[in-house]
Amino acid sequence: MSKQQPTQFINPETPGYVGFANLPNQVHRKSVKKGFEFTLMVVGESGLGKSTLINSLFLTDLYPERIIPGAAEKIERTVQIEASTVEIEERGVKLRLTVVDTPGYGDAINCRDCFKTIISYIDEQFERYLHDESGLNRRHIVDNRVHCCFYFISPFGHGLKPLDVAFMKAIHNKVNIVPVIAKADTLTLKERERLKKRILDEIEEHNIKIYHLPDAESDEDEDFKEQTRLLKASIPFSVVGSNQLIEAKGKKVRGRLYPWGVVEVENPEHNDFLKLRTMLITHMQDLQEVTQDLHYENFRSERLKRGGRKVENEDMNKDQILLEKEAELRRMQEMIARMQAQMQMQMQGGDSDSGTLGHHV
Amino acid sequence: MSELVPEPRPKPAVPMKPVSINSNLLGYIGIDTIIEQMRKKTMKTGFDFNIMVVGQSGLGKSTLVNTLFKSQVSRKASSWNREEKIPKTVEIKAIGHVIEEGGVKMKLTVIDTPGFGDQINNENCWEPIEKYINEQYEKFLKEEVNIARKKRIPDTRVHCCLYFISPTGHSLRPLDLEFMKHLSKVVNIIPVIAKADTMTLEEKSEFKQRVRKELEVNGIEFYPQKEFDEDLEDKTENDKIRQESMPFAVVGSDREYQVNGKRVLGRKTPWGIIEVENLNHCEFALLRDFVIRTHLQDLKEVTHNIHYETYRAKRLNDNGGLPPVSVDTEESHDSNP
Repeated sequence: MSKQQPTQFINPETPGYVGFANLPNQVHRKSVKKGFEFTLMVVGESGLGKSTLINSLFLTDLYPERIIPGAAEKIERTVQIEASTVEIEERGVKLRLTVVDTPGYGDAINCRDCFKTIISYIDEQFERYLHDESGLNRRHIVDNRVHCCFYFISPFGHGLKPLDVAFMKAIHNKVNIVPVIAKADTLTLKERERLKKRILDEIEEHNIKIYHLPDAESDEDEDFKEQTRLLKASIPFSVVGSNQLIEAKGKKVRGRLYPWGVVEVENPEHNDFLKLRTMLITHMQDLQEVTQDLHYENFRSERLKRGGRKVENEDMNKDQILLEKEAELRRMQEMIARMQAQMQMQMQGGDSDSGTLGHHV
Repeated sequence: MSELVPEPRPKPAVPMKPVSINSNLLGYIGIDTIIEQMRKKTMKTGFDFNIMVVGQSGLGKSTLVNTLFKSQVSRKASSWNREEKIPKTVEIKAIGHVIEEGGVKMKLTVIDTPGFGDQINNENCWEPIEKYINEQYEKFLKEEVNIARKKRIPDTRVHCCLYFISPTGHSLRPLDLEFMKHLSKVVNIIPVIAKADTMTLEEKSEFKQRVRKELEVNGIEFYPQKEFDEDLEDKTENDKIRQESMPFAVVGSDREYQVNGKRVLGRKTPWGIIEVENLNHCEFALLRDFVIRTHLQDLKEVTHNIHYETYRAKRLNDNGGLPPVSVDTEESHDSNP
């Protein structure tokens, strides 16, 4: 925009004010109208309070009729992927939230294969987006890519388990990992600090790339900078979830009632629930960006390099290629045969009916 | 041989009724002093007690054992290293201590099983444990069939196995079921819900009910086993424990805090102090009373009379009814006068 006098948009108060400072507001208004999409994946062993936490985070009941299977049934089960979508609206802003649950993870006696299903799912979403992006109608691409993965670490161990390490290493290049210490009311404050430090050490030791909160920009206000600092210092967040209202100190709070006291979910001295929620909300945009710019682009370049063939298993790939090549060969042969027949027809009878040539090659 | 009862009595299939002769004595003889004599003898010889703890890493096994015996008796006590790595296979570590109370000495051995259930692939991770238990039976058997036997055969057999269930609040895990199915036939298993301060009272009672039902449905007989109840009194007492209290939901701690003017063992959190020995908070006191104050002797007897005898019978059968040949027959011959 030139600095000449634009006729319509002068803000009469400031000379030389062009008005494109209004752009963010326009973007904001458009996005508000369009709404946001966010996909959150939740991974962890059974019984770590994942469902309760998700319900507490978004103040909904995403799992109304849940049947918890017994141990004998769990022996036969493999990891499932269950996605539930909910539309949340707050002050005119719409959020289409998809929570991807992974029941069965970590339950089996032999968990060697338990994350294959999860990785396939993440790749599938990338694949679908790539396909849509390369397609003709790109107006209404639905973004089902996983933007963030909450990985639930058991508070009962002394740090990360071998399964935790193996899983995180398998997906840290595909999705933003946010490690969360579940059921934090099991731990005293000292135990919590010790566990957090232990987990951070192990993450570094194994070179696991978890999601890093971006530092606050220098032009943000002090409060925000301080908040970001606090958030960064609290990772991994140790949380307690609950949707039950308990009476404590004269008011109703969400919490858990024990014979020895009440654990308040929204009390920052009791657990990091508020920090987790703040982090998620203020960084939802950033999580989406990192998914798009880093993980998706990684996937895309890998995929295009491979030339459009989805490699799942070396064996399967070979068989598939073989079958496809055979089919192609057959098609080629048919084409040649038809062309030959046509040529013969042409040579034999110059003005034959076009009916016989109805067969288009 | 058992150091307490002069000879192991085989468990009767039907409770025997004592034959009662006209028992009107004309004066005091002093037969009842035999109890006092036995007691004195016991105090002098002392007890052996071997307790095994099994469960995933971090469920508070070592802390609980320390709390149970109010001393630092677990593996972690001797070389405290919280930064220990999870071992790649299941290891069996036995630590022995002698503790004394009221003039009674107990040689306590705590057998820990680090690495159980911690790997990605936990198939058959109970096998080293089963092997260890059978090895102890074998050791005892070899001593028993020896020609020149020791006066008191050292008893390293596992009398009690505390199995720690993770307090997920949902149900047992497949690994829990598999372990208990295999091992309840060779050792007394007492299932225990670890870190019970994770659950509210309702969650606790629901979880216990579900666990009890799952154990029943899968035919797992934990200690006290129904079939070994000797008489009606035992049965009613044990029924109550089996159907209401077990599995015990416990919390362990080796730290003391001041509560209402008393020093108690507990855990201090920002929202309150969890008292280990307070029955309103957790069932540690029930577990302790059960294992130590009321059923300690019975645990040993069931191990000796049932589990060990089962093992012995199997071994003899495998060997064609003959006792297994002992390697040191030569040696003992020479030492005989």
